[in-house]
Amino acid sequence: MNAASNASPVYQASPGLWTLAWRRLIADRVAMVSMAVVGAFLLLTLASGTGLIAENWNDEIAVGYAPPSIFGKPDISGRTKMSKHDDGAAVNAYPGTVKDPLAEDIAELKATLGGGTSASPSANTALDTKDDIDLGDGLKVVDPIGPEMAEILATTRMSTEQSRAESLLFGADKWGHDVIKKVIKGSETSIFVGFAAALVATLIGTLLGAVSGYYGGWIDDLLNWFYSIFTAIPYLLLILAIAAVLNQKGVMTIVLILGLTGWTGIYRLVRAEYIKHSTREYVQAADAIGASNARRMFVHIFPNVSHISLVQLSVHTVGFIKSEVILSFLGFGVPVDKVSWGSMLGEAQNELILGYWWQLAAATIAMAILVTAFSMFTDALRDALDPKIK
Amino acid sequence: MSAFILRRLWQMIPTMLGVVLLVFFLFNFVGGDPAYLLAGKISNKEQIENIRTQLGINQPYYIQLWIFIKQILTGDFGVSWATNEPVSHIIATRIGPSLTVLVPILIIETIVAVLIALAVAYVRGSLTDRAIMVVCTMAMSVSLLVYIIVGQYVLAYKFSWFPVQGWGDSFAENLFKYSALPILLGVAVGLAPNTRLYRTFILDEINQDYVRTARAKGLSEHKVMLKHVLRNALIPIITNLMIYLPSLLIGHFLIERFFSIPGIGREVILAVERSDFPVIKAITVYVAAATMISNLLADLLYKAVDPRVKLK
Repeated sequence: MNAASNASPVYQASPGLWTLAWRRLIADRVAMVSMAVVGAFLLLTLASGTGLIAENWNDEIAVGYAPPSIFGKPDISGRTKMSKHDDGAAVNAYPGTVKDPLAEDIAELKATLGGGTSASPSANTALDTKDDIDLGDGLKVVDPIGPEMAEILATTRMSTEQSRAESLLFGADKWGHDVIKKVIKGSETSIFVGFAAALVATLIGTLLGAVSGYYGGWIDDLLNWFYSIFTAIPYLLLILAIAAVLNQKGVMTIVLILGLTGWTGIYRLVRAEYIKHSTREYVQAADAIGASNARRMFVHIFPNVSHISLVQLSVHTVGFIKSEVILSFLGFGVPVDKVSWGSMLGEAQNELILGYWWQLAAATIAMAILVTAFSMFTDALRDALDPKIK
Repeated sequence: MSAFILRRLWQMIPTMLGVVLLVFFLFNFVGGDPAYLLAGKISNKEQIENIRTQLGINQPYYIQLWIFIKQILTGDFGVSWATNEPVSHIIATRIGPSLTVLVPILIIETIVAVLIALAVAYVRGSLTDRAIMVVCTMAMSVSLLVYIIVGQYVLAYKFSWFPVQGWGDSFAENLFKYSALPILLGVAVGLAPNTRLYRTFILDEINQDYVRTARAKGLSEHKVMLKHVLRNALIPIITNLMIYLPSLLIGHFLIERFFSIPGIGREVILAVERSDFPVIKAITVYVAAATMISNLLADLLYKAVDPRVKLK
């Protein structure tokens, strides 16, 4: 803890910045509570990352849209009434009634145009007649909803084959995934992305800020030029532009996008500190005893600046968690096989219209608790590390 | 003054050049070969070559860069790859709807946030102050997506107080019918962070000596708060607003998307989804230019409202 120790063997050791900060943090009740909450989330992330919990989130253990247990068995009468707006999944309760609305037309089209085997226009032919009939000249009869229908029919069959829970403690989504497991898996993705991206941004910002502030001159001019370019383009526009050119989804891609665009604020703060420190006497003294530039920058000055980087790391983690949620919601974030709070909110948007609110509630509450705790912890950390407050 | 403006404009040139280089680098090196994107899945060598010649990708990079710079200067970015609509026409027609929604949001949000901030700053440290600050912190923790999803569902879908989405031809219809809910939600989203921010600005002023002097000479609390404190707190508030101004141009893209408002923000998202590079390139470059000009205006305004500020 005593990174910035100025202890000397002769005198009684006076507490360093980190010891003082730690003491202040422990004395602060709000800080301790928020730290405990953030710690709990981190443990959850670790446990789910190593596969201890929620590894089987992808299992379809309940009927589609199984409600939370306290609301009892699914209200079937309400669902049939809704089925007008339904996208097909809720009819799991009535497997026999699933019907491809286009099957008859497609079959008829194929029969008349293809002139070949005329498929009987029965309800479940969508799967069998999926093969497109070639009409020559590249023209084809294509069933526009064929793949989706096949999927719906398959889930319907599966749900009749195996028995599924009618309700879960926290409810289920369209496919019958347990919502609480999705939330835990989503926390893992969102927290990892937020933290990793903040780490990248803080490293870049601190390094560039140190070089720029310490050396000044043309290096400073060059890096300031970079800074002015990155800040001239509004943040979200820049992120979307980079997402457009990369055109590939992945957790690492989004970490890079957020990290490579988010360093500017940290750069500015760290640079100002290095400008201030580089002319101080202790740095001149280090120069006099022959310390190299790198040593002066990172061994001598950095411990006096590091608290700024730490607070910024915390600030940016919260910010990037929020950004990741929005990007994933828009479909530019994590890939489809991953679950994040943003993709959950994306699904929840359609579910809400059907009256299934539990996935939305679960993702919202989990995110709100983490972000509130993290913001309060960041504030406490900033206060604790502020050398002006003793 | 004019020397300052000239110097700042002069300093914009390298930054603008940097933005152009960055966008060029992103879309011409990182983005891969757009010919494959354009030709789609069924394509042969001949088609690809055709498209490449059309786009000028076969030419050396300095010529491509020159073409890009010429496009920026003439404002002619060609046509959208997705819809064949001229890019300049896209930008010109999408700005109106964006501003229709965003300008009212900005005005209402600022007035309401400043009033709440004044009130809570006046009773600072009290239970009301702390309660409102806790509510603000919690309100900021809920993703803005949730406000829009739930607001649209409850107020438009469930209660039918507002149209769920849509956009008409007449300005009045757009503003009062279709924009009402987007504006309401936009204000709701921005209220908590702005109230918190403005409260700190006002608290910085409220402890100053001049406030004590004003009270000592017997001014009413009204006058102290509205005339002395607010006027001084307006300086950082205006700066904050000016920083926010360029984002008017890309719109509140989430709100535009949810409510199908044909603005610039929705256009950007559509363009990213369709890999419609000319549209993204054009919007990025122009918004960057607007941001720089807006920053310059912010500095000038800063000088106008606070005579102590010296422009360097």
